[in-house]
Amino acid sequence: MALGQKLEKTVKGTDHPLAGEALSLDRTGALWLPEHRTLVVSDLHLEKGSSFAARSGQFLPPYDTRETLACLHEVIQRLDPACVVALGDSFHDARGPERMEPGDRAMLSALQEGRDWVWIAGNHDAAVSEGVGGRYCETLTIGGLTLRHEPLAGAGEGEIAGHLHPCGKVSMRGRSVRRRCFVGDGHRLVMPAFGAYTGGLNVRDSAFEPLFPNGFTAYLLGDGRVFAIGRTMLGRD
Amino acid sequence: MQAPSRVQTPILPPRFAAWFASRGWSARPHQLDLLATVQAGRSALLVAPTGAGKTLAGFLPSLVALSERTTKERRLHTLYVSPLKALAVDIARNLEAPIEGMGLPVTVETRTGDTPAHKRARQIQRPPDILLTTPEQLSLLLAHREAEEFFAGLRTIVLDELHALVTSKRGDLLSLALARLRRLAPDSQAIGLSATVREPDELRKYLVSQNPGRVAGEGKGQGKGKGQGKTSAGTAMADLVVVKGGAKPDLHMLDVNRTLPLSGHTAWHAMPAIYELIRQHRMVLVFVNTRLQAEYTFQELWRLNDDTLPIALHHGSLDATQRRRVEAAMAAGQLRAIVCTATLDLGIDWGDVDLVVNVGAPKGASRIMQRIGRANHRMDEPSKAYLVPGNRFEMLECRAALDAVEEAAQDTPDARLGAPDVLAQHVLGMACADAFDPLDLYEEVISASPYATLSWEDFEAVVDYVATGGYALRAYERFAKILRGADGKWRVRDARVAQQYRMNIGTIVESTHIKVRMARALRGKPGTVLPRGGRVLGEIEEDFAETLTTGDTFLFAGEVLRFEGLAEDECLVTRAGPGTDPAIPSYAGSKFPLSTFLAARVRAIIADPFEWDRLPAQLSNYLALQRKHSALPGERDLLVETYPRAGRFYLTAFPFEGRLAHQTLGMLLTRRLERARLRPLGFAANDYGIAIWCTKDLSERAALSPGFMEALFDEDMLGDDLEAWLDESAMMKRTFRQCAVIAGLIERRFPGQKKTGRQVTISTDLIYDVLRRHQPDHLLLRAARQDAATGLLDVTRLGMMLRRIRGRITHRALDRVSPLSVSVMLEIGRERVYGEGADEILAEAEAELLQEALG
Repeated sequence: MALGQKLEKTVKGTDHPLAGEALSLDRTGALWLPEHRTLVVSDLHLEKGSSFAARSGQFLPPYDTRETLACLHEVIQRLDPACVVALGDSFHDARGPERMEPGDRAMLSALQEGRDWVWIAGNHDAAVSEGVGGRYCETLTIGGLTLRHEPLAGAGEGEIAGHLHPCGKVSMRGRSVRRRCFVGDGHRLVMPAFGAYTGGLNVRDSAFEPLFPNGFTAYLLGDGRVFAIGRTMLGRD
Repeated sequence: MQAPSRVQTPILPPRFAAWFASRGWSARPHQLDLLATVQAGRSALLVAPTGAGKTLAGFLPSLVALSERTTKERRLHTLYVSPLKALAVDIARNLEAPIEGMGLPVTVETRTGDTPAHKRARQIQRPPDILLTTPEQLSLLLAHREAEEFFAGLRTIVLDELHALVTSKRGDLLSLALARLRRLAPDSQAIGLSATVREPDELRKYLVSQNPGRVAGEGKGQGKGKGQGKTSAGTAMADLVVVKGGAKPDLHMLDVNRTLPLSGHTAWHAMPAIYELIRQHRMVLVFVNTRLQAEYTFQELWRLNDDTLPIALHHGSLDATQRRRVEAAMAAGQLRAIVCTATLDLGIDWGDVDLVVNVGAPKGASRIMQRIGRANHRMDEPSKAYLVPGNRFEMLECRAALDAVEEAAQDTPDARLGAPDVLAQHVLGMACADAFDPLDLYEEVISASPYATLSWEDFEAVVDYVATGGYALRAYERFAKILRGADGKWRVRDARVAQQYRMNIGTIVESTHIKVRMARALRGKPGTVLPRGGRVLGEIEEDFAETLTTGDTFLFAGEVLRFEGLAEDECLVTRAGPGTDPAIPSYAGSKFPLSTFLAARVRAIIADPFEWDRLPAQLSNYLALQRKHSALPGERDLLVETYPRAGRFYLTAFPFEGRLAHQTLGMLLTRRLERARLRPLGFAANDYGIAIWCTKDLSERAALSPGFMEALFDEDMLGDDLEAWLDESAMMKRTFRQCAVIAGLIERRFPGQKKTGRQVTISTDLIYDVLRRHQPDHLLLRAARQDAATGLLDVTRLGMMLRRIRGRITHRALDRVSPLSVSVMLEIGRERVYGEGADEILAEAEAELLQEALG
């Protein structure tokens, strides 16, 4: 394939086949499974701001939930999924749903309207299922894909997970750009965190090594599109 | 300047007169003037050049009063506040001489961050007569539950180096502390000690209550001559005591007898001459503008140091113990020279310094005078100093600075508008001390000069911020940090909140630093290093460390180091082989922007060919060449040049407004050029001008559309373009982070404290983005804007420039680069290039992967 063609292909939308399933990596950090009309988002960490206020008296702007939902709203509008999967750590803590503002709660309900909504259990919100709509499960299988929150070392082909909040850093000519990213090797995909206040773990961290013994490509979320970056171009923090 | 009215004859007790006589001195007029002022119950500002016995003058009224004290009760009588911990310690030592010499029954103690807990507790129970401390420690004392009792007997507050304190947020914090002290101790007087400043009236106002409605003390202490001097506008001001005279400094531009480069700040050409000066003098302070310049100069001097003269290095990134060692060696007279940065601008008197050398551009007249004053701390002998320009433009700046020093003209910054984030910190502190009535506290706050114009609504917004974060969405009511009682007073919620306040005190927010540790390379395994065991050399900014890749060499702590990697928040390095040149220049430019005042003088010199006689020939020839090839801007004009070069089209402009304002201008101009479809690729800025390069012909566009340049530089760029840029500006985010830390929104990261896990850290950039979208008028965003106006973005200065040049743009479409433009062009590749979007960088990295894939 000529370089030009290859670039063209990347610009249109980053396709990333996994276990025979077509996947599209959205620049917002969401994952789109076109054949199943399913949208996957990971680590929403809703109510993280209020969690800080309750636990440590730090008053971060209480707008993170609506910011995250607004972003989700935009993708849902664009792709009109039949099913939305929240891949765990959807709430920052188990009491998050109680603290949700009525307006934000209404916004969530509106998003769920007319589509299947699946909450996958995370480590922050293992007990969440009440009063936030949708259904709840530990893992979900869609075609040849297994969706779970925390990636499992030695998991079979086709695992999609979150939990690690991957981030990649590229440094060039004295400037560096650090962005959330997908990480994949064709067998497994780790998704970036979607929440407004979620930080990131550099993909060069040792936590990623056992998951990708044969190396990986990081797909960094740029301003306009997703960029596929090889391991050699990725710096440590 | 108004002469001090000798209100009454000061009463200098016989034993003081005798002590002066025994040392062969007599009290100086300004010392007696200040004594008389304080004895009359008035506050005063003492303005004196260095070496005038300012400190003794400041303490004389207290020593006299304490020597005549009849009561046995020991209470805190005098509080001394200094910007430097080291200065407080040094003053304590210096006060020993008069106190012991006269056998005065006076106790003096310091209270700094180093004071052990048991001593701090004892000081609260049994205070000394004189306590020496810093602004941060004073705020902590005022937030103490015992503050009211502790300060009730206070009579005198001495504020040292006031000119340096008032220009920053520390000055805001101190002004609020002073307002509280006026309430706790209505009979106290403030004495400000200052170097010569442009507007002494601003400092005079700072010292006394600016709220005439409610004179501090609420009726007590009236009729005791407390009414301070007033201007015609009725503004309250402290009395002014000025020390006249002082020998004029013996100041020159160092002539190294060769042609200087057009850019660069290292002054490599002057190193042999500087070394020669060190050989000829007892002790030399070599000032430079940045840490990296210090490293470079130090290394070069040692390269020349065949006599192995003891030459030391001093800058803010070095390990504190190493810095203390250098200071001690200097005080003991064991050194011949110290290469230093602004860390030694202020500080204790070294005594034996007989020469100051300033390498690089002076940047400001007052700054250079302060530095020169470090030589020969005796006011009747001239200080000797050399200015060493690093390039031909810096020669212009040196000429302007020499003229300013000759006229004793000052360019100290304007008075500050009090920062809301600092006020938020103070309000929480006051709640920790005791329940407060909001109206009372408001009246107190507006008595501080930086906050004199604060409206009640803005004050309420600050209180609301402290209580629940100040959000339109009332989400945190039940977690409030301060609670309003039925009596209308606000109280702190619990001990944890008070503890958070104490941990967060202060206004100095360091950029995050990481330790630089020497690692050992494993023999036989190249590229592998042992991460532990080596010594710590100091700290570098995390931002800088982030740009390094393994194998990069850079200068630090006087050595060329090889970057090996990062491990657990430490930067691991090894010594680079001998003869290795440091590859990473980091920021080679100057940290301080050129002052408005010096910039105007530089423009005036350029505009007037008659002035050129006073310039070195190489510089006047250069200017003549520029005039022949293009044009020279008039004093108030802006010269813009456009020309093609190597397939690109350049625009250079020379506003002479300092690097920070130019960077902001560059960002805004690139946006406009983008919109005009001229496809700008990037820009570079220095203190004098900017260069922008595009893929489309700018000369052609200017010829086709008359008024193009005027429109490009129109003031309206400070509207929407600025707003749009602020959304994504890294500098704005950094500014916001500082406000957020000071106001207690996010916790400080302490040196050595490990990064916490990814789930609990929240980057302030994310907070900034969310807050800007959902509540753009939030207190902290307003605070960040206020800072941006004068700080990193220098928007105010940019606005002044755009107004100045309206209708005064001289555009020259040239066929090639002009002599003047060469100077900015040379910054390209040396300074960071701005304007490159994140996506361009990512695309380039992605292309690498594709290349790899295609083999």
